[in-house]
Amino acid sequence: MARVVLPNELARELAGGQKELEVEAENFRQLLKALDRRFPGMGDRLRDGVAVAIDGEIFQEPFLESIGEDSEVFFLPQIEAG
Amino acid sequence: MAKRHVTTTVNGEPREFLCEVDQTLLDALRDELGLTGSKEGCGSGDCGACSVMLDGRLVCSCLALAVEAEGREVETIEGMADGDRLHPLQRTFLEEAALQCGICTPGFLVAAKALLDRDPDPSETEIRYWLAGNLCRCTGYDKIVRAVQKAAVEMRAEA
Amino acid sequence: MSDSASGFKWVGTRPVRPDGLDKVTGRANFGADFTMPGMLVGRILRSPHAHARVAGIDASAALAVPGVKAVVTAEDFPEIPDGDLMVGEGPMNFRDLSCNVMARGKVLYDGHPVAAVAATSRAAAEEALDRIRVDYEVLPHVVDVLEAMEPGAPLLHENLFTEGVDPKPDRPSNVASRVEFSLGDVEAGFAEADVVVEGEYTTEAVHQGYIEPHAAVASVGEDGHCTVWCSSQGQFMVRAYCAKLLGVENSRIRVIPSEIGGGFGGKTTIYVEPVALALSRKAGRPVKIVMDRDEVFRATGPTSSTHVKVRIGATKDGRITAGDTELRYQAGAFSGSPVQLGCMTAFAPYHLDHVRAVGYDVVVNRPKCAAYRAPGAPMAAFGVESALDELAGKLGMDPLELRLANAAREGTKAAYGPRFRQIGYVETVEAALAHEHYRAALGPNQGRGVASGFWFNIGGQSSAAVHVNEDGTAVVVDPNPDIGGSRASMAIMAAEVLGIDYDRVRPIVPDTSSIPYSDMTGGSRVTFAVGMAVVEAAKQVVEELRSRAAKVWDVDVDGVVWENGEARPASSNVGEFEPLSLAALAEGSAKTGGPISGQATINARGAGPGFGTHVCDVEVDPDTGRVTVLRYTAVQDVGRAIHPSYVEGQLQGGAAQGIGWALNEEYVYSEAGTLENPGFLDYRVPVASDLPMIDTVLVEVPNPRHPYGVRGVGEVPIIPPLAAVANAIRHACGTRMNHLPASPPRLLAALDAAKLPEAAD
Ligand code: FES
Ligand code: FES
Repeated sequence: MARVVLPNELARELAGGQKELEVEAENFRQLLKALDRRFPGMGDRLRDGVAVAIDGEIFQEPFLESIGEDSEVFFLPQIEAG
Repeated sequence: MAKRHVTTTVNGEPREFLCEVDQTLLDALRDELGLTGSKEGCGSGDCGACSVMLDGRLVCSCLALAVEAEGREVETIEGMADGDRLHPLQRTFLEEAALQCGICTPGFLVAAKALLDRDPDPSETEIRYWLAGNLCRCTGYDKIVRAVQKAAVEMRAEA
Repeated sequence: MSDSASGFKWVGTRPVRPDGLDKVTGRANFGADFTMPGMLVGRILRSPHAHARVAGIDASAALAVPGVKAVVTAEDFPEIPDGDLMVGEGPMNFRDLSCNVMARGKVLYDGHPVAAVAATSRAAAEEALDRIRVDYEVLPHVVDVLEAMEPGAPLLHENLFTEGVDPKPDRPSNVASRVEFSLGDVEAGFAEADVVVEGEYTTEAVHQGYIEPHAAVASVGEDGHCTVWCSSQGQFMVRAYCAKLLGVENSRIRVIPSEIGGGFGGKTTIYVEPVALALSRKAGRPVKIVMDRDEVFRATGPTSSTHVKVRIGATKDGRITAGDTELRYQAGAFSGSPVQLGCMTAFAPYHLDHVRAVGYDVVVNRPKCAAYRAPGAPMAAFGVESALDELAGKLGMDPLELRLANAAREGTKAAYGPRFRQIGYVETVEAALAHEHYRAALGPNQGRGVASGFWFNIGGQSSAAVHVNEDGTAVVVDPNPDIGGSRASMAIMAAEVLGIDYDRVRPIVPDTSSIPYSDMTGGSRVTFAVGMAVVEAAKQVVEELRSRAAKVWDVDVDGVVWENGEARPASSNVGEFEPLSLAALAEGSAKTGGPISGQATINARGAGPGFGTHVCDVEVDPDTGRVTVLRYTAVQDVGRAIHPSYVEGQLQGGAAQGIGWALNEEYVYSEAGTLENPGFLDYRVPVASDLPMIDTVLVEVPNPRHPYGVRGVGEVPIIPPLAAVANAIRHACGTRMNHLPASPPRLLAALDAAKLPEAAD
């Protein structure tokens, strides 16, 4: 199971304050579906405009990136270009 | 207001143009003569991107009036190379990577040439103060100063 | 200087850039250099007020001026609903963008556009601007970030409710959002600390200061097809943004990029382009708009002024136990300051178990801020790196040793959450420690400061093509405006893959119709991401060349290898064939299948984070408060330098901008909320005589995710200088400058204040 860390605001709004959770998913899309099942509406909020770090690598537009058994997944704001 | 007719010499060639009385030399060069190598970074004499030589004196062409060119000699970046032979400064600027975006480059080259024409062996400090009227936001000046130093050495060796 | 140790022929060398000749002879065409027959001059009318309701605009007298062909106001742009849309690279609030380009109902800052005119001459356009009657009802204004957060502050937007707070506020305010990043438990961390330092740090708004003002020529045809020539950090961005603002399809607009005279993030958005389009649409003729310098200062991209609180705890032996920071960033008139990035980068160079960063994005009556090199990071680093210097002092530790003892390494959990992969921060600190500069003697009134910085670096959508010409040369189609020598890097990488001479490769920067979409030139992504696309396209060409040689020799393609720009038999078993050069294969391509070319489109992943550590020596004149930078060394992990001169140039230029931010540059507002220094005379960027040579040390910890190990380099160098300079000042004269810029009057006042207790004795 991958360890997922939600953005603070979303954790508060939709997950009753729970920031860290374990989710079964093989890729990012599955992860969003799983989160959405657990916390209805969360999938939509995480689909666009967020970046994700999977095992330390940042993806600005995540979609099908694979997630390992013990991956760490962090949601982050997208990084602006300077 | 009626336009003025100006007869002048630009980069060694006789040129004529019509201009407004309040038109700057920079605008006349760019808009009337198509010499867009001189750039406008500020229009107020603070950036040096518009540097040209007027009768052998380094001026900001954004602060000179086009009518002041009457009967005088203007030299711009377009006249700096001798045919297909680059001026040593143009070459050292390329070799030393003294430009990033390149918008300031024409002004720096004209100003640096004016310096080396009057002082073939300037110190680093003299170069820095001479070029203090030219702004470059990209390079931090390091490579520009080195390019001028290198050109000075080469030009002295050739002289 | 061929880098033979690395086994590369071109990577790591310093050839002359392909576009160099045009740029030293005045032939290169920048934004303002393009003209069209029948072109009109466009000028923009700007608000003289910091904050006012626009009760009405009467342009009838302006239209009566001879030569005036069109006037536009917000009425000429579709009204866009509020909310973020995903376009190109990320979420963008197009209502805000539209209202920034042309004010709707209210003007929100001095310089905010209210109308624009197109006329046959500049004089006619200026006269028309004078005759436009705008009926303003002036409102109270606020330009300071802390004042804007006060409960009774003048309100910019009645519909702005702070996001990210619980419960949701029932009243609007100027605080657009609150964000928080945390790891561990900061209070527990402070409980472990033997020493705690605390401070408040303020920076003023600064401008990117590119020397080329924004400029565009737009032409709208009767059939609705539009062409824009302009200077920007991304022609595809200009296309997408203009299409949204004008309410037309993307494909209706073709954007042709000019050379770009500096951007530093400030040209990652649009200002004059949609206005020129709207004027052209109305006038039926091409329209050119070139900003004056004061327009650039008053109405384009400064970065945030900020207020940052920092608290750091450590054990006696120098282990940091907790870091806590609160950042308040001013966004200008519309939300969107880079405060989140400030929060994420503040403590990123360090390994901390307990860390928290809270940020507030605040609107004020100033121009909408735009990205500036490592957006948001320098101000946060100013606070944290100054506080670390204080901490080192309290602990009696060398400031670099303190950083080394707490440095982030591979596997460290970054303060913003994820774990770092291969990074080179430690190497930069070690290189700074080992540098002769760090031990050089200092004189009276002189001091040395150090500081570090971190930037994520990004990849992103990128395209590129490589075409082989009939004469055996190659064209690299590189869709990203070349802002600092990137054509040279692209040509180097293509030459390396193709095995031909650098001089035989010619890069061009195409328009939006000539190559698939590519993200902007920014975020230190081009050499990394677009470079990957170029390498990929060049590899496709090599594959094609091998298959062509296989046809010529009538052998299987596996029997052909590509070496040194030639096809050769893989072994003697394949047969005895003379090698076929790229030129020979190009010449014979008609018989083997037609022209040879490759095109790649990727979404580049695996950008490697960048770290830098700077060392700065200054001398303080105690009588005038003037600071002279005596010596400066910038150390950075660059992954691998493709063209080292342009990499060094990024470090030097970024350091110089950071020094300007630290010592001189600032937006100064009058009581009335108008900008008092919209020119280079009073907004003082560093000039040649202000700076020493800037030494660079390129540490190369290759990024394993790039074919040549590239990491982005452009952002990091502007992050450390603010604190490096402030720390040097502290060590030169004993005064800690918590408020930048440390301009002579401000430093003199601080020096005098420090003297007062002595005088009282
Ligand atoms: S444009 Fe003439 S000095 Fe700046
Ligand atoms: S190279 Fe860009 S301003 Fe000098």
